Amino acid sequence: MVDKIAYPVQLLQPDGRRVLRPEYTNLVRDIGPDELRALYEDLVVTRRIDVEATALQRQGELGLWAPMLGQEAAQVGSARALRPDDYAFVSYREHAVAYCRGVDPAEMTRMWRGTAHSGWDPHAVKVTNPAIVVGSQGLHATGYAMGAHLDGAEIATIAYFGDGATSQGDIAEALGFSMSFNAPVVFFCQNNQWAISEPVHLQSPVPIAQRAAGYGMPAVRVDGNDVLAVLAVTRQATQRAREGSGPTFIEAITYRMGPHTTSDDPTRYRSSAETAEWKARDPIDRMHRLLDWEGLLDGAFLTRVRTTADEIAARLRSGAVGAPTPPPLSVFDHVYASEHPLLEEERAEYAAYLAAVTDTEEALS
Amino acid sequence: MSTTRMSLGAAVGAGLRRALERDRKVVIMGEDVGRLGGVFRVTDTLQKDFGDNRVIDTPLAESGIIGAAFGMALRGYRPVCEIQFDGFVYPAFDQIVSQVAKIHYRTEGKVTAPLTIRIPYGGGIGAVEHHSESPEAYFVHTAGLRVVTPSNPGDAFHMIQQSIASDDPVVFFEPKRRYWDTAEFDVDAAPDLPLHSARVLREGSDATIVTYGSVVPTALSAAAIAEQEGNSLEVIDLRSLSPIDFPTVERSVRKTGRLVVAHEASTFLGLGAEVAARISERCFYQLEAPVLRVGGFDIPYPPAKLERHHLPDADRLLDAVDRSLAA
Ligand SMILES: Cc1ncc(C[n+]2csc(CCOP(=O)(O)OP(=O)(O)O)c2C)c(N)n1
Repeated sequence: MVDKIAYPVQLLQPDGRRVLRPEYTNLVRDIGPDELRALYEDLVVTRRIDVEATALQRQGELGLWAPMLGQEAAQVGSARALRPDDYAFVSYREHAVAYCRGVDPAEMTRMWRGTAHSGWDPHAVKVTNPAIVVGSQGLHATGYAMGAHLDGAEIATIAYFGDGATSQGDIAEALGFSMSFNAPVVFFCQNNQWAISEPVHLQSPVPIAQRAAGYGMPAVRVDGNDVLAVLAVTRQATQRAREGSGPTFIEAITYRMGPHTTSDDPTRYRSSAETAEWKARDPIDRMHRLLDWEGLLDGAFLTRVRTTADEIAARLRSGAVGAPTPPPLSVFDHVYASEHPLLEEERAEYAAYLAAVTDTEEALS
Repeated sequence: MSTTRMSLGAAVGAGLRRALERDRKVVIMGEDVGRLGGVFRVTDTLQKDFGDNRVIDTPLAESGIIGAAFGMALRGYRPVCEIQFDGFVYPAFDQIVSQVAKIHYRTEGKVTAPLTIRIPYGGGIGAVEHHSESPEAYFVHTAGLRVVTPSNPGDAFHMIQQSIASDDPVVFFEPKRRYWDTAEFDVDAAPDLPLHSARVLREGSDATIVTYGSVVPTALSAAAIAEQEGNSLEVIDLRSLSPIDFPTVERSVRKTGRLVVAHEASTFLGLGAEVAARISERCFYQLEAPVLRVGGFDIPYPPAKLERHHLPDADRLLDAVDRSLAA
């Protein structure tokens, strides 16, 4: 793999035609018409999730959202390579990974609305709650993988992070640790070209994937807007992990079409020409063209996809709109796993204060 | 006189601009500080005007920012580092507390580290996790660091320049929910206080409220409400958290006999604990009531929809004042 680093793996061209690379096409030989359509549906549904949540933020229902628009193929392709027992460690932008792992759309927005720090039970779906501190999750994935290795479990762990994150010590340390212990972990870098306003070349003068070589880690670059290619390389990497061959670094080359978050204004730092150039490589259009070439698009199918997307978007919306704010005293819950006298005291004091305030308000009204 | 109305965020930026103009050894470093002008636009237009050797967009690495700035300081520069949000300073914590803070002591005064580390801090803006923390106690506990925080635009403008001029490293906390507060001040006047003096913002006779940063305006509105109820509160803005201007606080407490200390940070072992302890030691016989603290609870910063419970508001301050007056 190491020598392939300069040539991003591609199985679909932007015009939707296939590329023949036997080494990789063999890895997705089982992806027939139904599976292709299912991947297309995932892309459409996850874009819809993203667009819906972005709209909800604009309508004031969410405090913030980190759009993944444009990165659907990187996320869907890699997440669909995972098996149910594999474990994904994600950042704040991996909404499609969460969806593919089975996170309930009604729970996806809790963190962004500000009613919770998490949103779902990570162990139930084997995907972590979003890591906000950039790069921290790389080490967590490594440790989880080390544990799995010690247990003799045949699973893979995958860490998702951005190009900017590769500048963090935590990611460097994760690469080192995982090689030292042959941890069954896949480092999945979505190089979306930007870390807020900073272009990828500020983080690294060489292709991001080359960083792995210094640790002796095999690496591969893949066209991140090509869902089939991403599926293939991630299958290869997770297979290596499961069979005990250690970590792999994947750099998925993609693009963040929208702002960094809904508070960001990308016109301050990048040109519309650049965005337009990437629009031509849109991952969903590409899949659409492939299905078209292969005669797999028909009205009934497209309607079904649209209906599914509508249903999921509606579920996300109803989960977000008017989601209740937890009661005030819940701020004291779960700080510790067992009782803590300081907190018990503060809880009691604040309860008394709230009761007194309420009494005063009632007396005044 | 050139009186200008400016927001606190813009005032920090104007102070940085002055510092860049005055001393070519001043450099600004951080994530997104250049082209974008910082996520809060504090450094807006500075890179355009001073170039990217003076206003440096760094890789996304906090330990790298502080460690490299420390190295530049050893070479005679005066770096001003921006940490994007409070919760992201921890990757740089080792560099700050183990390296930057200790160099002067270690080298028996032969080496200085004139770094200014700007950190937007505190909550109240509805942000997600790790964007609303008050980590000041970690830094004031470390010898060798000076720690300050302005609460209004005029102080922000002067204090950032005074911090940059300091030969000691200064951790400069910016109360982010006050970034958009505006005030008029004279940009050409000399600062009216040294960097480490507290400011009595309102005189009063019945009790003293000591606070800093984002809670200062809250304390002022509590004092305004108290006045209508017939209680006269003195309000002190500490401005400097290390060192603390205890003489100013003591003078006030000798007059009022009562003290409430308020801050957003968790109460246990927070700044308030130190102020309460010192004042109890030094003003024991003048105190009419125990020193009370109003602060955040001892919990991780809660989700945005619950943050108003965690942040001290005027009602919680007045409740403490009432308890003090009743004692
Ligand atoms: C340790 C840390 N520093 C700074 C930030 C603020 N921040 C959030 S996302 C981001 C850019 C991340 O870029 P990248 O890793 O490329 O991922 P992307 O957001 O593009 O998906 C920054 C600077 C943070 N969350 N954590």
